[in-house]
Amino acid sequence: MARTRPWLEPHPHGLYVRPADLWIDPARPVERAAVTHGHADHARSGHHAVFATPETLAIMALRYGVDATAPSNTAVRYGDGFERGGVRFGFHPAGHVLGSAQIAMEYRGERIVVTGDYKRRPDPTCAPFEIVPCDIFITEATFGLPVFRHPPTAGEIAKLLAAVRAEPDRCVLVGAYALGKAQRVIAELRAAGWHAPIYIHGALERMCALYADHGVDLGELRLVSETDKAEMAGQIVLAPPSALNDRWSRRLPDPVAAMASGWMRVRQRARARMVELPLVISDHADWDELTATIAEVNPRESWITHGSEEGLLRWCELTQRSARALHLVGRDLEEEA
Amino acid sequence: MKRFAALIDRLVYTRSRNSKLALIVDYLKHTPDPDRGWALAALTGALDFPAVKAGTVRALLGARVDDELFRLSRHFVGDTAETAALLWPDSIHPSPSGEGTGVGAIGLAQGIEPPPQTPPLKGRGLSVSEAVDALMAATRSDAPAILASLLDRLDADGRYALLKLALGGMRVGVSARLAKQAFAQAFGVPIDDVEELWHAIPPPYVPLFAWGEGRAPRPDLADVAFFRPFMLAHPLEGESIDLADFAAEWKWDGIRVQLVHGGGETRIYSRGGEEIGAAFPELLAAFDQDAVIDGELLVRGEAQGGAEGGAASFNALQQRLGRKAVTKRMLADYPAFVRVYDLLAVDGNDLRGLPWTERRRQLEAFVLRLAASHFDLSPVIEAPHFEGLATLRAGARDAAIEGVMLKRRDAPYVAGRRAGLWYKWKRDPLVADCVMMYAQRGNGRRASFYSDYTFGCWTDAGELLPVGKAYSGFTDQELKWLDKFVRDHTIDRFGPVREVEKTLVLEVAFDSIHASKRHKSGLAMRFPRIARIRRDKPAEEADRIATLRAMVT
Repeated sequence: MARTRPWLEPHPHGLYVRPADLWIDPARPVERAAVTHGHADHARSGHHAVFATPETLAIMALRYGVDATAPSNTAVRYGDGFERGGVRFGFHPAGHVLGSAQIAMEYRGERIVVTGDYKRRPDPTCAPFEIVPCDIFITEATFGLPVFRHPPTAGEIAKLLAAVRAEPDRCVLVGAYALGKAQRVIAELRAAGWHAPIYIHGALERMCALYADHGVDLGELRLVSETDKAEMAGQIVLAPPSALNDRWSRRLPDPVAAMASGWMRVRQRARARMVELPLVISDHADWDELTATIAEVNPRESWITHGSEEGLLRWCELTQRSARALHLVGRDLEEEA
Repeated sequence: MKRFAALIDRLVYTRSRNSKLALIVDYLKHTPDPDRGWALAALTGALDFPAVKAGTVRALLGARVDDELFRLSRHFVGDTAETAALLWPDSIHPSPSGEGTGVGAIGLAQGIEPPPQTPPLKGRGLSVSEAVDALMAATRSDAPAILASLLDRLDADGRYALLKLALGGMRVGVSARLAKQAFAQAFGVPIDDVEELWHAIPPPYVPLFAWGEGRAPRPDLADVAFFRPFMLAHPLEGESIDLADFAAEWKWDGIRVQLVHGGGETRIYSRGGEEIGAAFPELLAAFDQDAVIDGELLVRGEAQGGAEGGAASFNALQQRLGRKAVTKRMLADYPAFVRVYDLLAVDGNDLRGLPWTERRRQLEAFVLRLAASHFDLSPVIEAPHFEGLATLRAGARDAAIEGVMLKRRDAPYVAGRRAGLWYKWKRDPLVADCVMMYAQRGNGRRASFYSDYTFGCWTDAGELLPVGKAYSGFTDQELKWLDKFVRDHTIDRFGPVREVEKTLVLEVAFDSIHASKRHKSGLAMRFPRIARIRRDKPAEEADRIATLRAMVT
């Protein structure tokens, strides 16, 4: 039997669901988009109708001025879905950031799951990843090389706390992506017993407030811009990675430059960012999580989107799993990993 | 190994020299013998395990990880030891997802059983000295198994430290000089004493630590051919010198060496206190008097003054540098000799406390005891006054002359660079000793070579700032060497630019130097070119920004 044309088409700027006339995470404005999560390489402004979780819609409203309550937009809760053009859509937690979802689609008896970005380890700021059985599993591969094995988060947080306590005259400035990573680091610090105010760069303020509005307790946050330099000695400061070695950091008391990212696993990467204290904390699945997830979902076929596709493809080949790489454009938000 | 791994880790991420110093000081103070001594030896490249090579590590990995995944990973990480440390199956911290599909499974997926391993001794830390003992005892045949069993006992950071220790090439920016300084600072002992004792005591330096901590007297060096720290010169910057107080000698364009004969052995030390005797066997054999001399190592050349005592240019000498073994051909083509200018000890007497005049008198008598074929005396320049000396200096055309040295006649021989005692007065063009910082590939014929070098000089705070960029002045052979140096010592990549370990001194010649905003140092050189590669010179002794600023026209 000749294979019919696939109903989900990979294009460089996104995945197109033909029967539903809908794009998933398109890199340019479209009529109808389903968005997995709020990071800029997945969520863009300018779509006419957006299907996303309420949290993602709120994030898109904050970041891109999308009108979350516009009648053209549809909020889909985890476990809920909708049907369009004969395709049944379902949203499931991806464990990546607040509101992040895997999108499952079923059409004529075939099920495809798009993970967006995801991770498997616990995160106090978002719902945990759910395994959704499927025929075609479309996975990210940011850390698709076996050198990437993120250590336990608690150990990295302990490293951060030890550094703060070791030099009471300095502060530790943690570079953390403004959506997701920053709030997770704060929440992990709270869980580890750090109850002092945490000082933040202005660029993090509104997103932290959004998380708090969604029930994520971040404790007391203070703005660096409204704080005396001396007060921040012996304290923890968070800023977007770009502010790490920027003139902005001059207002801090002799900051120790730290960075929370999965890339910090590789020493030369950390050195390149002039980081003194690398913290391997990532919102993406590491090698073990990626391979374990594919094994667990056990799809007929895996499509690998962005990151180190070659490494994960090779693993699929070695384990006799059918896989192919999709080459999507604009998916390299290195800062966010 | 945990503390050592943590130290290595911190050193990797610490850029300031003072902070590095503080980290090492802390480690030395709080780590027991013999671990700290082995660690120090590892940091300064003084350890060598002949049975363990990079190939050993690659073979071990090959048996555990798919070749293609190793290749992709190595390409991404850029360093074999780090790639191996990260890829090694973790038996200490199982992955938190606990699904058991980690790297260890890759070998199985391929149908390759992991090689039989001794079960890891969990719950018992591996000490640095245990690791060193095991690696030292290793033979070619059992080295892979030994290394594997050590790796199994460590976490990723520990594995990185172990592999760096085993393979050498720590690349954490710690020179022997910095390590000695750390020792001196940790125990409050004079750096000059540390310099002297360092080479006399092999790793793990237990008697050195005992002395440092005041638990034992200063080790007795009577029977050891130990290194005496060199006396160094300040550049002469515009001052006029009274020749009644100062003697003048030519500044030779070779490398500074110290020859020591004592305790039945002969050693040749270079500026940084490294032993380079193996490259100059003819000198080791010829220096048979119980003495310590300071002089310039040169090779005979025909261009300057003929075979009769003439010295060839630095280029000729370079053929002999940095070699572990030397061929007969090398010995014949580039015969080495030492032009002696100071006598530090003779027949058991330390002369360093005597004034230069007295040492010189004894030196002139002593030189007659040495074979003229391999040793001659650096003459004192007779000039009526300073202006006359300037004329002589300007007229000197010998390629082996770099300028003039001025030495205070009543000064003792003291370690380091003391104000007002010795001056170096280099000949035009302007030259500066700079440290290579970055390299980029060239164009056209040189497209595959890292041939464009950015170099820097030190600020008073000990920071290296770029002062210029040069892409000429070297021979094709030197280019090959420089290219290899860049590739072997890359610590970072920024697009096409490689940042290198700050260890290589380049003598840069330039027509003039100006204030400029192009470099952070505020200086720009006109027509800079690489005059020489100074493999013999420690990076810390490269020129300071202040020295260059004084040359601004």
